[in-house]
Amino acid sequence: MGRHQVSKTYREINEKIKAGRAVVVTAQEMIGIVREKGEVEAAKKVDVVTTGTFSPMCSSGAFINFGHSVPGIKASQVWLNGVPAYAGLAAVDLYIGATEPKQDDPLNRVYPGEFLYGGGHVIHDLVSNKPVHLSALAYGTHCYPRKKLEKRVVLKDLPFAQLCNPRNCYQNYNCAVNVTGKTIYTYMGTLKPRMGNANYCTSGQLNPLFNDPYYKTMGIGTRIFLGGGVGYIVSPGTQHNPDVDRNERGIPKRPAGTLMVLGDLKKMHPRYLAGVSLLGYGCSLAVGLGVPIPVLNEEMAYYTGVSDEDIVTQVVDYGKDYPKGDARPLAEVTYAQLRSGNIEIGGKKITTAPLSSYSRALEIANLLKKWIEQGQFLLSEPQDLISGPEKT
Amino acid sequence: MYKRMLVLRFPPQITDQPLVCTLTREFDLCFNILKAEILPGQEGIMVLEVSGHKKNVTDGLRFLRDVGVKIKSVEQEIRRNDDMCIQCGACTGICPTNALTLDRDTMEVIFDPKQCKGCELCVAVCPVRAMEIRFSKETVLL
Repeated sequence: MGRHQVSKTYREINEKIKAGRAVVVTAQEMIGIVREKGEVEAAKKVDVVTTGTFSPMCSSGAFINFGHSVPGIKASQVWLNGVPAYAGLAAVDLYIGATEPKQDDPLNRVYPGEFLYGGGHVIHDLVSNKPVHLSALAYGTHCYPRKKLEKRVVLKDLPFAQLCNPRNCYQNYNCAVNVTGKTIYTYMGTLKPRMGNANYCTSGQLNPLFNDPYYKTMGIGTRIFLGGGVGYIVSPGTQHNPDVDRNERGIPKRPAGTLMVLGDLKKMHPRYLAGVSLLGYGCSLAVGLGVPIPVLNEEMAYYTGVSDEDIVTQVVDYGKDYPKGDARPLAEVTYAQLRSGNIEIGGKKITTAPLSSYSRALEIANLLKKWIEQGQFLLSEPQDLISGPEKT
Repeated sequence: MYKRMLVLRFPPQITDQPLVCTLTREFDLCFNILKAEILPGQEGIMVLEVSGHKKNVTDGLRFLRDVGVKIKSVEQEIRRNDDMCIQCGACTGICPTNALTLDRDTMEVIFDPKQCKGCELCVAVCPVRAMEIRFSKETVLL
């Protein structure tokens, strides 16, 4: 795109936020504004569009330093409430991953496994200010002679606790069905046989990456809402794949961009960071994440005006195709269809269900809007943008 | 096959009588006792799944009522813990009776206990285990 009719800088928008004059709307509100006024007028009127998403996001976890004891320990194995954490970092540093099940979990040996407690639940308990039992084993060294440590830890007393999620906020995701004759249990939830239900998992028009499909305002250092507190985009997430088919609006038609994010766990809230158990699949963490998108010009107004009718995804069979690595789509549907409660495939009407909470995503977008309106949250200009597709 | 999940309460004066086996002997019903606490001289409580022909189930339950057993359907015992529910909607695709639905405007999950038949599919499907079966005596005695 060439020259813009409207052009604002991060600094100008932040000055307006500080002066309490910034116009902030949610991505849901922006749809009507752009439809009514057009992109240029919308860009003149609106300064920031807030987005939100809240759903299970695997590839989440937390870095924790649990402090030195006397005598000291160089922990080589650590458990938090019985859930193994990775301790091969330093003497008392660990990383607790969201999908790690409790050590003695029967997993899928008792089928379908319930996975009632895992790393995501540990993080949830920590942000709920519940005490968590830490046990550590070590081989003992001259400087750190202790070989065993048992203690109760509470988040506020930990020297350091940072949520650091290597892959969050997927830009689009498959809609899952099951064509086989048996119920299956997947990370997309329980799928009834013969396409008895269809599960999907993004907040559609509220999703941060659908509102900035080419990542023109998101990058390293972008300040975001994370788990009820403040966080930052660190880099593209793992499996970030911007080079997929896109529609005429630039919206990817299948899973594409992802974000790696981090933030101070101590300032987060259990309402936006919940441990989850996916029947027959495993544990994870539901993460609340919201990104403010500066309306720098009419191009960003156009992007943030996206609605569920404009966003499509692929219906994929998780019974036979997906396990074979074959993500051949059975159909293409819009998020408006998915949100309506049913879709039709080959003449069959199928009930749809989200795994991602639209209502809580909207709550996050509204909360972020309030923070910005009150001047508590300023936008940060990214140091480097998230890499976009090679051919735009 | 018609199936009901019930909470039976036995008044203290009849806890010494063999009543549940009568459901099989005289009404051709199958039963599965999920929980029972029957002690002499105290009110007894039992969580029971009964299955068979619908007419036989109706007749068998009438027999129990006639001898003084108080019967409550278990569907009233499935509850949603609203503090835990994250409003995702995963349960709505699995609920066969539309007791769990999404309000299409707000996308909030609505639980209508009146529509619930107590199949329990939602209990394990809920990612945060917000759907609870309350079989405990304390809850049943509320």
